[in-house]
Amino acid sequence: MECVFGLVGTDFAIVVADTSAVHSILVHKSNEDKIMFLDSHKLVAASGEPGDRVQFTEYIQKNVALYQFRNGIPLTTAAAANFTRGELATALRKNPYSVNILLAGYDKETGPSLYYIDYIATLHKLEKGAFGYGSYFSLSMMDRHYHSGMSVEEAIDLVDKCIAEIRSRLVVAPPNFVIKIVDKDGAREYAWRQSVNDTPVPSA
Amino acid sequence: MSRRYDSRTTIFSPEGRLYQVEYAMEAIGNAGTAIGILSKDGVVLVGEKKVTSKLLQTSTSTEKMYKIDDHVACAVAGIMSDANILINTARIQAQRYSFAYQEPMPVEQLVQSLCDTKQGYTQFGGLRPFGVSFLFAGWDKNFGFQLYMSDPSGNYGGWKASAIGANNQAAQSILKQDYKDDITREEAVQLALKVLSKTMDSTSLTSEKLELAEVFLSPSGKVKYQVCSPENLTKLLVKSGVTQPATDTA
Repeated sequence: MECVFGLVGTDFAIVVADTSAVHSILVHKSNEDKIMFLDSHKLVAASGEPGDRVQFTEYIQKNVALYQFRNGIPLTTAAAANFTRGELATALRKNPYSVNILLAGYDKETGPSLYYIDYIATLHKLEKGAFGYGSYFSLSMMDRHYHSGMSVEEAIDLVDKCIAEIRSRLVVAPPNFVIKIVDKDGAREYAWRQSVNDTPVPSA
Repeated sequence: MSRRYDSRTTIFSPEGRLYQVEYAMEAIGNAGTAIGILSKDGVVLVGEKKVTSKLLQTSTSTEKMYKIDDHVACAVAGIMSDANILINTARIQAQRYSFAYQEPMPVEQLVQSLCDTKQGYTQFGGLRPFGVSFLFAGWDKNFGFQLYMSDPSGNYGGWKASAIGANNQAAQSILKQDYKDDITREEAVQLALKVLSKTMDSTSLTSEKLELAEVFLSPSGKVKYQVCSPENLTKLLVKSGVTQPATDTA
């Protein structure tokens, strides 16, 4: 039910996540931001157990920040991805985290990159990746329409196609999505795609 | 009167000194000199060997220079057995980093990590400090070629040229005069040999009394650590005018 997907363009990387926070049959909120800024030029889109998701990604975020404070230089995206995978791997056979992560980053020397890290510490460097039931639809859409060296407009168009597929074909499709982008100027929120807004409470 | 503050490593003297650390540095002052010089295209390490016997198996072992990781090497001065422990620690730290991050450990972080270990022995545990000083030579993608010097206190500094071991002050002052910022690796080798010849006690330098190693980039861009062979070392010594060739006029 949680949908996370992402792709790499010509000099940027985009990650998209649904914004529903669900517990059993109840939707707690539909504007939960699941894409965290790992540092100025890295994004982590995470899905999985809500407690683990926040706990683990914040742990990684703080360790990445600590590295930068200690050493005066930021981690590369590859180093951060491998560190994250290592933490999942160490915990796996003791006290596993149930979190799936797409880590997108931009490095000056190597450009944009996307890393797929699943809850059992698989690490893949990919051009496009996805997690959850939505992946059945978004991966197929990306397989059909993705090509390397896409512009931001082309990539967003593809993202919207994926979201449309998920909305129309997934039985309990999340209504809202957030899109974030990272490029040479840093990581930032790009847009929201909302089909359900929180109904405003009438004032007394 | 300061003797009563000697025996415990982990206490200050009233003058604010750590005697055990200072005594460790004394021990290093008796060891063979090592010199490191940073150049534009590499780092040069030269060491004076104290153990010179024909019976020594020189082909397989080095006395002064050790490789820590593919991109970092070090020269040692001091108690060899202490040095071995620290070199092993440094190697483990470098591998642990590359296991976690799948990248080579930045040189300064490696030096800092080892120095943190050394510092521990000056503050707790009741164990004596290590009687070793190091010259670390390495390359990383953040800062290129680097040279660091560390001592038993756990202090370290980045240097353009530095010396440790016997007569290091004399070597350091010659280096200060003769070092130029845009020195090439070849010139650095010459300078290192020249400085060593001036500060060494022995009358003439031969390749048996020295070790020379360089850290540089191969044409393919990989970091190379190369120990100079005795034959090449002899040629270099002749070239730098530091040793007399076989035919000599009085």
